[in-house]
Amino acid sequence: MNTVANNLSAGLFTATELTRKKLLTQKIVGIIFGLMVLLILIPLILLVGNLVIKAWPSLTWDFLTDVPKSGMRAGGIWPAFIGTFYLVVFSLLASAPIGILAGIYLNEYAGNNWFTRVVNLAVVNLAGVPSIVHSLFGVGAFVIFAGLGKSVLAASLTIAIMTLPVIIVATKEALSAVPMSFRVACWNVGASKWQTIRTIVLPNSISGILTGVILEVCRAAGETAPIMFTGAVFFKHVQRGDLFPYHPGEQCMALSYHLHTISTQVPGVPEPMLYATAVVLLGFVLVFNSFAVVLRVYMRNRKKW
Amino acid sequence: MIVGLIYVCGVSAIIFVFSIFYFVWREGAPFLYDCFDFKSFFTSPEWYPTSVGNKRYGILALLAGTGSVTIVAMLIAVPFSLGTAIFIAEFCGKKTKEGLKIVIELLAAIPSVVWGFIGLMVMNPIIVKLTGAAIGLNALNAGIIVGLMSVPIIVSIAEDSIRAVPDGYIEAAEALGATRWQTVYKVILPAAKNGLLAAILLGVGRAVGETMAVLMATGHSINVPFSAEFPYFHALDSVRTLTATIAAELGEAPRLDAGPGGIFPPEGRHYQVLFVIGIVLFAITFFINITADLIVKGIRNKQ
Amino acid sequence: MVNKNRIEIRNLTVRYGKKTAVQDVSLDIPTNSIFTIIGPANSGKTTLLKSINRTLELETGISVSGDISIDGKNTRKEFNVYELRRSIGMVFPLPVGLPLSIYDNVAYAPRMAGTRNKQTLDVIVEKCLRQAALWDEVKDRLQNLGTMLSGGQQQRLTIARALSHSPEILCLDEFSIAIDPVTTMRIEDVLVQLKKEMTIILVTNLVQQARRLGDMTCFMNKGQVVQVDTTEKMFSDNPGNQLTYDYVRGVFG
Repeated sequence: MNTVANNLSAGLFTATELTRKKLLTQKIVGIIFGLMVLLILIPLILLVGNLVIKAWPSLTWDFLTDVPKSGMRAGGIWPAFIGTFYLVVFSLLASAPIGILAGIYLNEYAGNNWFTRVVNLAVVNLAGVPSIVHSLFGVGAFVIFAGLGKSVLAASLTIAIMTLPVIIVATKEALSAVPMSFRVACWNVGASKWQTIRTIVLPNSISGILTGVILEVCRAAGETAPIMFTGAVFFKHVQRGDLFPYHPGEQCMALSYHLHTISTQVPGVPEPMLYATAVVLLGFVLVFNSFAVVLRVYMRNRKKW
Repeated sequence: MIVGLIYVCGVSAIIFVFSIFYFVWREGAPFLYDCFDFKSFFTSPEWYPTSVGNKRYGILALLAGTGSVTIVAMLIAVPFSLGTAIFIAEFCGKKTKEGLKIVIELLAAIPSVVWGFIGLMVMNPIIVKLTGAAIGLNALNAGIIVGLMSVPIIVSIAEDSIRAVPDGYIEAAEALGATRWQTVYKVILPAAKNGLLAAILLGVGRAVGETMAVLMATGHSINVPFSAEFPYFHALDSVRTLTATIAAELGEAPRLDAGPGGIFPPEGRHYQVLFVIGIVLFAITFFINITADLIVKGIRNKQ
Repeated sequence: MVNKNRIEIRNLTVRYGKKTAVQDVSLDIPTNSIFTIIGPANSGKTTLLKSINRTLELETGISVSGDISIDGKNTRKEFNVYELRRSIGMVFPLPVGLPLSIYDNVAYAPRMAGTRNKQTLDVIVEKCLRQAALWDEVKDRLQNLGTMLSGGQQQRLTIARALSHSPEILCLDEFSIAIDPVTTMRIEDVLVQLKKEMTIILVTNLVQQARRLGDMTCFMNKGQVVQVDTTEKMFSDNPGNQLTYDYVRGVFG
């Protein structure tokens, strides 16, 4: 009764005491959540800024293309950089086709039944298995059982299986964004399921799939644990700027592993060098990730329907 | 032909999950058959796999290390992630939302070894300065790092489940004159409860499985950072986790074949027991993922 | 042989899980005529069409029994399913322009069937677009996206595509739902023309459309055929069935 009276005396649509209090809570809560977000964001920006500033003296073109000298305490990171490139390319060769086809299966062919659920669960689990367990698997399966030894190949395959879910999930999402009606229209004019996928579904989801592939590249470049015992090596002699220094059957250096070893196992590495290695790795990953973001925005702007 | 290939790749995920278990089991099996003692393995804090006279394989301290890092990580990640998820889903404009999602995505992209480096080089001196601890590499340091690493996964799943709350509920609440916060608190959070729980669970899974960051930021010494008296939990103790133990020791543990009569030399046990730890980790994360999945599917079936 | 039966449906029953969508339907559809099917929502009309070109099989959780024969051949057993679908043109309620150019939309089906020759395709595209009364509007912009056309144009594009694989049977399911009355009239004229070349099955929820176009009309309700007869009889003052009488006069439905 009281509120009604208040409402009448204050005139309809004027805020009452209660409403004003509610709105105040609303504002305060909004601000609190906003602050929480900032509390994460600001330190993050400071952190990255800090890394770059400390790395600055070492961040030169030479640092990238030179080989490590004086027991990693001078020189550059070329062998590790090109090694990471090797691992990324080889793992991509294995995981992209399998992942994309698996995504197609899950979105286009799999029925709505318990088996599909198990497959989806397996994908989630594959993504959830700790990276070090993937490493153990790589040792047991590729290094020992398949007889590949510690090599670029064994390490790449380990990474490929670990990052498979990234591509599967991205492909699935990209495909499911293509309206069902397109498929039905194609089936109605006598196109087979695969013809429909090849001519209509895939061309219209390719950018989403590509996003998944880019994210896979980021993951592959950054992973350390899976390659530790399957193919990464502390040091390998490589010519400065050599583009093809490794054989797939032998071990290679990698940026992520290199960062780990020089910061924990080699005493006396100058700080700017440590920071610069971290910044190169971080930069590589963030730049690639930004590609994915840009691609997504671009694709949204030129939707065909 | 291509369709056959699609079917094969489609089920590959199942094959891979099974083969991960199989191959890790295969390497660890000799230890399990010969010298595995369930009780002492899980309840003894004595981890001396390379002792010459008296090898002891108790992973209690390692479990405690993993547990302590996970607890600190979740104390940090859960409130921040849920807050961020609610903010993104309900309180900010479209542009802010897009921007924040991109930032969260980039956060997820930072490699764990870089996080470990940050813990080692940046957080370490800060913690020493702020707490007066002798060394800044401890459960707190690793917990903060792992907490930050878990934020993206919790945010994205929590936000999904908040968005999955039927618009009808929200419209009904707002039609009754509820403010946005009242709607969130009284309608959205209860409705999204299961999804949020699943998000937190997956965050825990991520924290338990994290390797490089904890290897570099925990200080890597065997400690049980819990005690019976106040303060019960010593976040400033250096600890060592299951994952980091494997990462640090596998390189030095030789794989030795069985000698005559199928008896493995004792020096090869270290290698095998590390794979047994791998099985334990696999089991923990497998259980967490299945539970989270059941919780999420549970809601979907109800709706 | 004017009244030869082109399609014979015998005891067709379709279930989605436990729900029966079409129950024990038997129909004879004569050649070179427009056969209209009317009935309230959920009476199984669309399911009936989908079972004729067997796209129903692509949905999950359905079970089908009974037989459908075209020109005496049992489609449920012996037909190459892609051949079958190519011999039937399908148009559904909502227009679907594929995300391809207008030209490619129409050339899609012939290409999937293996036609690569540019001249042949040109001829097919022009012929089908003309038949669908769309040629004059789009002939200067055949390379534009089909999805950017207006709703009415897209529906005619859909019809052109349905004609592109030179079907002998054309099925239309409430094609006029998404388009304006003027366009509807134009397409209706087209259908009357096409009747000379093919058998047309027209599902409609507009009773008057059935009356205007149909040679034969079938009234379905709750998955069952209530009555089939000449359109004249169905819409007369004494169709012979109370339910039909009520429905065509808008008493229920």
